[in-house]
Amino acid sequence: MGGNLLANYGEAVSMILFGIGFSNLLLQKNLIKKIIGLNIMDTATYLFLAEKGYIAGRAAPIVVDNVTSVEAYINPVPSGLVLTGIVVSVSVTALMLSLTIRLYRRYHTLDMDEISTMLKKEDQ
Amino acid sequence: MDFIQNFPFFSILLSLGSGVLTSIMNKKAARIWNTFILTAITVMSAVLFVYMLDVGEPYTFMMGHFPAPWGNEIRAGVLEAGMALFFCIVMMLSLKGGQEHIDAEIEETKVNLYYIMINLLLSSLLALIYTNDLFTAYVFVEINTISACGLIMIRQSGRTIEAATRYMIMSCLGSGLLLMGLCVLYDITGHLLMSNIKESVAYVYAQGTYKVPLVASIGMICVGLAIKSALYPFHTWLPDAYGYSTVSSAAILSSLVSKGYIFLLIKIFFRVVGFDVIVDSKIVNILFVFGLFGMIMGSVNAILENDIRRMIAFSSVAQIGYIYMGLGLGTTIGIVASIFHVLSHASTKSLLFIAGVGLTDASGGSKKFVDLTGSGYRNPMAGVAFAIGACSMVGIPMFSGFISKLLFAQAAVANNVGKQLPTLICLAVSTVLNAIYFMKTVIRIYTPSGRNAKKTQAGEAALMSMKEHPLYHVTLLFMIILNMILGCCSQPIVDWITSGLAMFG
Repeated sequence: MGGNLLANYGEAVSMILFGIGFSNLLLQKNLIKKIIGLNIMDTATYLFLAEKGYIAGRAAPIVVDNVTSVEAYINPVPSGLVLTGIVVSVSVTALMLSLTIRLYRRYHTLDMDEISTMLKKEDQ
Repeated sequence: MDFIQNFPFFSILLSLGSGVLTSIMNKKAARIWNTFILTAITVMSAVLFVYMLDVGEPYTFMMGHFPAPWGNEIRAGVLEAGMALFFCIVMMLSLKGGQEHIDAEIEETKVNLYYIMINLLLSSLLALIYTNDLFTAYVFVEINTISACGLIMIRQSGRTIEAATRYMIMSCLGSGLLLMGLCVLYDITGHLLMSNIKESVAYVYAQGTYKVPLVASIGMICVGLAIKSALYPFHTWLPDAYGYSTVSSAAILSSLVSKGYIFLLIKIFFRVVGFDVIVDSKIVNILFVFGLFGMIMGSVNAILENDIRRMIAFSSVAQIGYIYMGLGLGTTIGIVASIFHVLSHASTKSLLFIAGVGLTDASGGSKKFVDLTGSGYRNPMAGVAFAIGACSMVGIPMFSGFISKLLFAQAAVANNVGKQLPTLICLAVSTVLNAIYFMKTVIRIYTPSGRNAKKTQAGEAALMSMKEHPLYHVTLLFMIILNMILGCCSQPIVDWITSGLAMFG
């Protein structure tokens, strides 16, 4: 158990970061802090993928000096997934930030709870 | 290969491409183009459905130039084709029923943006239905979320922006968990295509290695998708999002968006992890318990609600609970019942939203119950449609809701692992609660408004007639027919779902 943890410390760190990001996104009241949490969470996933996709001593699968042995290269798919994930995460973050700007212009606060109370007052 | 086998790819590409094209169109052109594309995709799905029924064998379709273990794939069977057809029909009806409101409530220059969102939503739903690759599914889940967020906030008000923000936060939590779950699963199995993952999972599970990561990844995927489809404790964004957005958005969100995720979850159950492993991992029990909670708590919240749109929204929470309860039973008949309830809820909930907006229009735009008194007389068609939708939700025979409740009850009786009694009790309690709030509303809209005459004078002027709103009335009629078809000719539909699920395996 302990040995495994030491060998896979990158994965362990990424899981801890995922937890930190997840709880920030869920529990923070401040919208900007929520978005930071979202980004930590997404980045933790990329760290996990990158960590899993890399094998020590091997190179990216670009053949330059006629080495065609499978042993010399890593699988490029996890790195590709990281790139796709980054694109998705950028667009989601942009959307969240634009929503935050809208809310701030209307209510002059970033606190979700305050916004909810103001909305309730508006209704009455 | 038959030409018809290209149709899933064409429908996804057509809706995705027309989303881009719509951005340079004006309001009217966008509407006409969207109707045209939606009709074309409906026809293609119908042709594919008939073809699949005839062939009786699912097929995979290679995307790009790389064969199976590396490339991307689309897969179509009877269930996928039928679902695509049904989703297209419901989307068309919801759009047409709420069209006057789209024109009135959205800024003139932004109406074409609404149709972009609709097109992207449709393409992502179709992709979720057809894809055979888990990571593609994740990407389209995100596209689905972003376009759904656009649908909520396009009607500009504080409420909708707040609802959209809450929706985005919950969705991001859900998709974060889904992505992490997929990564762990990919790490264990080394594949992204569903059929390959299933083989590896069966092998890994039989070996007994990696049991904890496997269960953890299944758990993360299940919880992620449950958060995204608003299972009970994760439903906080839902009432505001459905209650204040424009009516077509509410109808589409409740009847299609959450159902897309549920369909993906069922697909993951059968095509990725394998149903035996899922049942063996006990994760279905968690979904079962949350489903039961949702059934009761959703209905209780709906009874307490004082606003018709929010009441219908809370009723959605209860119905999602039914679907997860069916998934949680852990038997194939339970899943069949859940899929039937997906169809039945989608047709009924869109009918209720569209009929409900007719009633509020006839009451001077107020959504409060007090003002709705007698609105069934002021807008007869909407009143009848709402009554039918309410009967269907409560579970009166002849309407679709009855069949799904019957199927759930049968599935519960057939189950022998101690879930029998809780399911039947919760079904009974939830039905009574449903009856309380829906019948309360129906009685109110058919109470002559003698005492409240002064309040509803503005409403009297807005008496809705067939001549003024032909599109609205025809749409309601079609929705009622769709509901009656599901309720009266259920056996062929159940047979279709059963054979489709068998093809999944």
